[in-house]
Amino acid sequence: MAVRLDVRKLTVELPTQTGWVRPVNEVSFTLGEGETLGIVGESGSGKTMLSLALMGLEPPGARRKGEAWLHERDGAADLRGINLIAASPDEMRPLRGREMAMIFQEPMTALNPVMRVGSQIEEAIRVHESGASKNDIHQRAIRALEQAALSEPEQRARQYPHQLSGGLRQRVMIAMALAPGPGILIADEPSTALDVTVQKQILELLAKLRKELQLSLLFITHDLGVVAQVADRIIVMYAGRIVEDGPTAEVLRRPRHPYTEGLLRAAPRLARGNLIPIPGTVPALNALPPGCAFAPRCPYHVTECDAAVPELRPASKNHNARCILVPCAQPTTTN
Amino acid sequence: MQAEALLDVRNLRKSYPISTGAFTKSERRTVAVDEISFALERGETLGIVGESGCGKTTLARMLLRLIEPDSGELRFRGQNWLGARGADLRALRRRMQMVFQDPVASLNPRMRVGAIIGEPLAVHEPDLSRSKRRDRVAEILEAVGLSAESLDRYPHEFSGGQRQRIGIARALILRPELVIADEPVSALDVSVGAQILELLARLQREFSLTLILISHSLPVVAQLATRVAVMQSGRIVEIGAAGHVLGAPRHPYTKSLIAAVPQIPA
Repeated sequence: MAVRLDVRKLTVELPTQTGWVRPVNEVSFTLGEGETLGIVGESGSGKTMLSLALMGLEPPGARRKGEAWLHERDGAADLRGINLIAASPDEMRPLRGREMAMIFQEPMTALNPVMRVGSQIEEAIRVHESGASKNDIHQRAIRALEQAALSEPEQRARQYPHQLSGGLRQRVMIAMALAPGPGILIADEPSTALDVTVQKQILELLAKLRKELQLSLLFITHDLGVVAQVADRIIVMYAGRIVEDGPTAEVLRRPRHPYTEGLLRAAPRLARGNLIPIPGTVPALNALPPGCAFAPRCPYHVTECDAAVPELRPASKNHNARCILVPCAQPTTTN
Repeated sequence: MQAEALLDVRNLRKSYPISTGAFTKSERRTVAVDEISFALERGETLGIVGESGCGKTTLARMLLRLIEPDSGELRFRGQNWLGARGADLRALRRRMQMVFQDPVASLNPRMRVGAIIGEPLAVHEPDLSRSKRRDRVAEILEAVGLSAESLDRYPHEFSGGQRQRIGIARALILRPELVIADEPVSALDVSVGAQILELLARLQREFSLTLILISHSLPVVAQLATRVAVMQSGRIVEIGAAGHVLGAPRHPYTKSLIAAVPQIPA
């Protein structure tokens, strides 16, 4: 599988009154062509900041460090790629939208309320193809709506966002993101605000498009059930760092980091079970513990945990966990 | 002693006029909630599940008499709750309380936590001395897992989960019999949401509460509910023991809801 995105020690720093904090801290991963990588974490884990930093959309005043290499599709021979972190705004502009696009949780805030949805999609295409004819751009916008499984696309194109349901709006967002033909799609909680039956349709649509278009998908969610449906591999983030990564089924069945294990035990399931909450709360970024950030909430805590931030250790092939008890610990599978 | 239902709901209906324009009056009405009937036994937890727009929040507000139904009957503790006025209304109202979804929006940011939680006491038990009221607040804070020092702090100093605990403390300070929790964990992270669900289960035992848990999430309802009602387009399409509704659903809509839940591999 050709690598499309190669992220190395990406760090985002934000200024606060008490000094710089790191919402994203030395995050490394690769995203292959046609692959779906799930990024799982609770609020404050850094998952959204990570995606914004990749798009060059981090908040003003933020500092980025590390590398994020974007490789061309079928670019196995050409290993150079472009480093998104070092790219100038002029270099980023043609990439954003055309090479990598993003969809968000609440489509209503991302769509222009006083513009017909068709015109918004046309605008997204025109930015990258100033030479194309008006009719050509219109046809492509209609095709994008069709691709996102919207019925009667000509009629939909003339509607305003408020005339559409939440599910249809998210389809319009997907159409708009994919119209310029990006190879990488970052989806930040794309189904969280939707009803479960609509969520199912959106997840199925993304899976279909990913196959048809050989999309590489970076899927950000807090929902372990959703990530189990969509992702080939997952990364679990906590307080800005990756604490576990590996193949989806393996991480969810045999979690090796106590935080992942805790999340799985705390997630409500249809079968009534004993929910075991994780005690305490996520630490503030300006008051991280000296060692493992999860140590204060960890049931397996030992004194060595507080000595230094643990490295990511291999738990098995392709499966890593940032815990000093790996690989000695034998976590019991939950439920 | 005859086992009398704590809350008896019969044929509750609420409709709203359809707005067709600023200056035209429409005769057409959209029905938000219709033909809702159920009886709530003391000590049980009824889960009400449905997707957005199904009428579950309208129903909750009618049960609390925050909005008046068009027709139907409501009996609370055997009394005609819809007809209650004045002192009767106040006496009944203190026995049912609500926990809201958004612990940020539902707490006054300018009031200290002690005042927020103590406010219902000030209204319903005005004769209570200040120090007695403070003691009661400290007691309920401890019951929801917050320290007594929280009394003098403001809501913004607390995390989302702690704010939801404050909301629960405010609901419990009058020792109600019935608590209606509308999406109490959907604004919270998974690990914190589990803490709140566990807290609700414990408080229900300690305070002998009857609980109505409203949620869009079947897995959340599955954790606490002894009985589950599924709502669609303003009506209850299926109601029964939680194990039956979730394990062997009869109605096609319940089946489709269950099938749509993203499952974590076991």
